[in-house]
Amino acid sequence: MSLIASILKKKSSNVLSIYFTSGFPELNDTTKVIEVLSKSGVDFIEVGLPYSDPLADGPTIQDSSQKALKNGMNLDLVFDQLMRIKTTNTTPLVLMGYLNQILKYGEDKFCQRMTDCGIDTLIIPDLPMLVYEEHHRELFKRYGINHVFLITPLTTDERIRKIDSYTESFIYMVASNTTTGAKSNISKQQIDYFKRIESMRLRSPLIIGFGISNHHTFIEVCKYANGAIIGSAFIQFLKVNGVKKIPEFIQNITRSVY
Amino acid sequence: MKSTFQPDKNGYFGQYGGAYIPELLYPNVKEIEDHYIQIIASKAFQQEYKSLLKDYVGRPSPLYYAKRLSGKYGTHIYLKREDLNHTGAHKINNTIGQILIAKKLGKTQIIAETGAGQHGVATATVCALMGLDCTVFMGEKDIIRQAPNVARMKMLGAKVVPATSGSKTLKDATNEAIRYWIQHPHTFYLIGSVVGPHPHPDMVARLQAVISEEMKWQLLEKTGKENPDTIIACVGGGSNAVGAFYHYMEEKDVELIAVEAAGKGVYSGKSAATSQLGEVGIIHGSKTILMQDDYGQIVEPYSISAGLDYPGVGPLHAFLYDTKRAKFMNATDEEALQAAYELTRIEGIIPALETAHALAVLPKLIFDKDQVVVINLSGRGDKDLETYIKHLKE
Repeated sequence: MSLIASILKKKSSNVLSIYFTSGFPELNDTTKVIEVLSKSGVDFIEVGLPYSDPLADGPTIQDSSQKALKNGMNLDLVFDQLMRIKTTNTTPLVLMGYLNQILKYGEDKFCQRMTDCGIDTLIIPDLPMLVYEEHHRELFKRYGINHVFLITPLTTDERIRKIDSYTESFIYMVASNTTTGAKSNISKQQIDYFKRIESMRLRSPLIIGFGISNHHTFIEVCKYANGAIIGSAFIQFLKVNGVKKIPEFIQNITRSVY
Repeated sequence: MKSTFQPDKNGYFGQYGGAYIPELLYPNVKEIEDHYIQIIASKAFQQEYKSLLKDYVGRPSPLYYAKRLSGKYGTHIYLKREDLNHTGAHKINNTIGQILIAKKLGKTQIIAETGAGQHGVATATVCALMGLDCTVFMGEKDIIRQAPNVARMKMLGAKVVPATSGSKTLKDATNEAIRYWIQHPHTFYLIGSVVGPHPHPDMVARLQAVISEEMKWQLLEKTGKENPDTIIACVGGGSNAVGAFYHYMEEKDVELIAVEAAGKGVYSGKSAATSQLGEVGIIHGSKTILMQDDYGQIVEPYSISAGLDYPGVGPLHAFLYDTKRAKFMNATDEEALQAAYELTRIEGIIPALETAHALAVLPKLIFDKDQVVVINLSGRGDKDLETYIKHLKE
């Protein structure tokens, strides 16, 4: 069972995950951000591997990725950083990066270094299911890595069932047809979609992401899923307030939940 | 008959192609994939497409025997005059076809990316023709260097949205168009080149294939043979080259030459010669050859020509390169400018800067006196006058 899966087994509601871009705001902030998030009670952390052309991301994550790359961030450095906290960090990590950077790095080398760091869950948003089935399923299995698939309001039931059967950690449920980025409200249309997926009674836990930005949206989506991921709103906060203030952001999100 | 140069069912040419897209785009791409071949093959489509190409675009585009240019290089040079098409380039062949597909799919809002602005103008034109809403994404840098085309798009009623991310050129305009498409799945993304996820490269190739289809009978009329010895075309994403090569890819006696932009020199660090500098990777949803650094970050390309300023190349071109079916050459900014002046002075034709790269390899090739060479004159140079005038002064 993946580290995330065991977390989700213990806690099945109001799970909070935070996404941030490694090497942002400063090159060496990666481990500090993880430490503070961990202490603040976040359930798992999504570590973004900055990419030059992140197709699924909105302006906030694009900007943080550009800044991280400008800071000199690269895959070797991020693995070095994550290796350093391997024994001290207690919050499970998920890596999120685009396929091209992994191909160029060498898929086996990437998987090896990732597992060396004690990470077993990976999100590659532009890895198509077809290519996964033909190649990556076997590759990831060899390294004990779970790939997280995204579903959207337009993903067919048939495809969702297939994704459910491949999933060993959680299904990343994209909240609306959009790139990443903070939204202040959840629409009726979105709720209908959440209910539709909920009624499918999938075997995998569901974590909702894209557009979740505050206490209100977090609580709202948690009614229909096991938890939520917050990315852009966190990055925006981090950019303005710095690493030290992170606990405030987390407390604001979770407030009355605990 | 199964051709070596047609994509397989998943959109691969050898190892290149496919659809490396986020799940968010899957339904959008699937809708086109499920319908495009059937639509293009339908009688209704073919009738309307052919009729518009004839009466609206002005096809067939002439195949002109460039006598003085031929004399200079001691061979027989024919120019396929795509520059004489309505809107001034080959781009309109594709936009006419795709707008008909969009209409068939019931789409009312069209989006497009553009580099030099030729595809943006060609898209804005067909949207005006069909009364459809048009949004064109264009790199902020390109908006400045291709001002006349921006004005044309606006006059045609298109909304021009500046892409301010990354290098602020074609690559980023394409990223922005794709992101917009994710957020507006009901829109039709009218892509301008043989790039992007399957089926876009194949769809665009089929629509540009009219160029070589005409070349066959035009050459037969003029030379007595359907096949030339050599075809030369410039390559950014590669749509005009695919159009000129399409019906000749299986004809092994026809030499295909693709010319990339070498900017200030292939290894100067300011270049867009993808086949020389690139490695296998993924860009805009397609596995192909692309310019990237040691960590797979996409490198910002450079060329004086906004239409060739692209860090990748269409998957079919990557396959033509790997299999050595096409010979890849390149031309620098300076060589392209010289070639543009040469054509203008001895044939009275001002070519687009992109096209000038194809002409620029003439001095580098050794020709037989009986050789039949076709150069795809993909576009006219009106949009580049400012650059040409600046160069004239220097």
